[in-house]
Amino acid sequence: MTIAADPALAADARSERRFFLALSLPALFIVGLAAILPILWIIRQSFLTTGGQYTVGNYEKVLSSGLTWSALVTTVELSFGTLAFCILLGTPLALALASARPRVANLLMAFVMLPLWTSILVRTYGWLVLLRRDGLINAALTGSGLTTEPLPLVYNFTGTLIGMVHYMLPLFLLPVYAAMRDIDANLVRASASMGATLGQTIRTVILPLSAGGIFSGSIIVFIYTIGFFITPAVLGGGKVNPLSIRIERTLSTFQDWGSASVLGILLLILMALIGVMFLAARRLMARNNVGTVHA
Amino acid sequence: MKSLPITIDSVRKTFGSYVALDDVSLDIQAGEFLTLLGPSGSGKTTLLMALAGFVRPDRGKLLLGDRDITRLAPNKRDIGIVFQNYALFPHMNVLANVEYPLVLRKVPKAEARQRALDTLARVKLEGLAERNIAALSGGQRQRVALARAIVFEPRVMLMDEPLSALDKNLRETMQYEIRRLHDDLGITTIYVTHDQREALTMSDRVAVMNSGRIQQIDTPQRIYDRPSTRFVAEFMGEANIVAPGSVRRMDGADESREALMIRAESLHLDTELVGRDGVALEGILSAKAFRGENWLLTLALDGGQEVLACIPAALAGGCTELAAGQRVTVYAPAAKVHAIPGAIA
Repeated sequence: MTIAADPALAADARSERRFFLALSLPALFIVGLAAILPILWIIRQSFLTTGGQYTVGNYEKVLSSGLTWSALVTTVELSFGTLAFCILLGTPLALALASARPRVANLLMAFVMLPLWTSILVRTYGWLVLLRRDGLINAALTGSGLTTEPLPLVYNFTGTLIGMVHYMLPLFLLPVYAAMRDIDANLVRASASMGATLGQTIRTVILPLSAGGIFSGSIIVFIYTIGFFITPAVLGGGKVNPLSIRIERTLSTFQDWGSASVLGILLLILMALIGVMFLAARRLMARNNVGTVHA
Repeated sequence: MKSLPITIDSVRKTFGSYVALDDVSLDIQAGEFLTLLGPSGSGKTTLLMALAGFVRPDRGKLLLGDRDITRLAPNKRDIGIVFQNYALFPHMNVLANVEYPLVLRKVPKAEARQRALDTLARVKLEGLAERNIAALSGGQRQRVALARAIVFEPRVMLMDEPLSALDKNLRETMQYEIRRLHDDLGITTIYVTHDQREALTMSDRVAVMNSGRIQQIDTPQRIYDRPSTRFVAEFMGEANIVAPGSVRRMDGADESREALMIRAESLHLDTELVGRDGVALEGILSAKAFRGENWLLTLALDGGQEVLACIPAALAGGCTELAAGQRVTVYAPAAKVHAIPGAIA
């Protein structure tokens, strides 16, 4: 926000900036208190023994354990799996919503948002009812003769993924929908007038212009899924153990704050790596799509 | 490039109870520059969008040459369109925007590039091919939009108020350039505007629209001097529409029984400028204003009707002395007095 170009008004502009800064102090205070301090505390914890002595033993123990690495792989698999399904299911849905008439779009949006208003615990157990061996879906499948045996839909990776995609889809959808809504309808018309089929218009105009929304949506998906706990705990049946579950187990079973802190730091590093990856990808795409069209 | 005629045959379009196009028929010749002129809500943009394929008529027919395009998908029509806000793709640079229709037509890469560059040169944008759209001025964007609409050599071009976002000077330059481009390419062009002067300046013919109907379609001169309805008379410029009784024929000939239209600038203070068969209007001067190139006089005729006279400053020697409340007579040449068919003042 540039307020004054006139140097004579620079002092006014400065005082306005100071005022805005003052207004943001409560938020800055909360962020500092609720995010930065605990992180510093966790970093300190990770270097202490249970007796409070300085050590790197926690790191040696956690990093040499096969459980840690398999948890890391599970975390990444769950996050990328959820993201992949969000993109595959959410992008066409956002497209449909953005091109629907406002009234229809609002109604559909209400349906999409409804799950968000329900507690995650309720939703997760809801999926359990649907997915288990004697659940609704398997009853329908075996009852109709489509399958002879009930499918293993829950207490495994599949069930966890279904639950997580269901949770994340609305959150992914919102920024994508907003980005698509912002695209000038005349751009789509212009593209058609020059000979583009709908598919070509989607590929060359709509998707590139909603890339920002898809990126934001993807980052939201990662931020949530990387530390997801309830869904893998309930729907994973003990077989799906991402870092979040390892952390909880380390604390509740072994009261090992040092190792749990190391695992927490691993999670932070993973998030940072993925964040950097995303930003780099975004930059690369922005640079590439200016000069060329591939129809 | 061979351009095509367009036939619009009793096209009707309603949105709910609102009649946007009320059985519009119109023939546009191959290579013609035709302007649809009208106030907002007159149906001109709806008609243009029907030709482009973004509005489907309830009934009636649209022909491009002898091909029926009424139900043809927009992307199969081969019509170049310049949109009101240009609709340039912000994620592509100038060259990619102009190449776009060629890439869609699978024109080989090198040829597409060459044609795009040639077209950019034609609209005087050489050297800007690698620019981002965001870095262009309004006039430059307008030119890119033009280049993109003609690069694939469409048979017909549609333009939807393309100059409305530009400032006055730039608008006049672009009017001239669009017309020149049209004459070079010989492409049938339908141009939509609400600016009368723009319509008069650019067009071979003007179709004046109001409430979903074409009021009159004619050459710019006839539209201005010989309006066929009161609406056209008033929409095209300062028009005095007076009852025949308040006008005196100086040669004593019979008066018309229809309402007469006299443009404000056709009125003079001096009988000499008018000729023997001219008309005279007499009334009380109620206001006068100096506007630089002319004086604007407001007269209240004896019937109570107001008449505006726009006297060129060069011929307005007497204006300075005139005072409000004074009795004044103004004169118009017979050729500039037009009886509006069927209109009663």
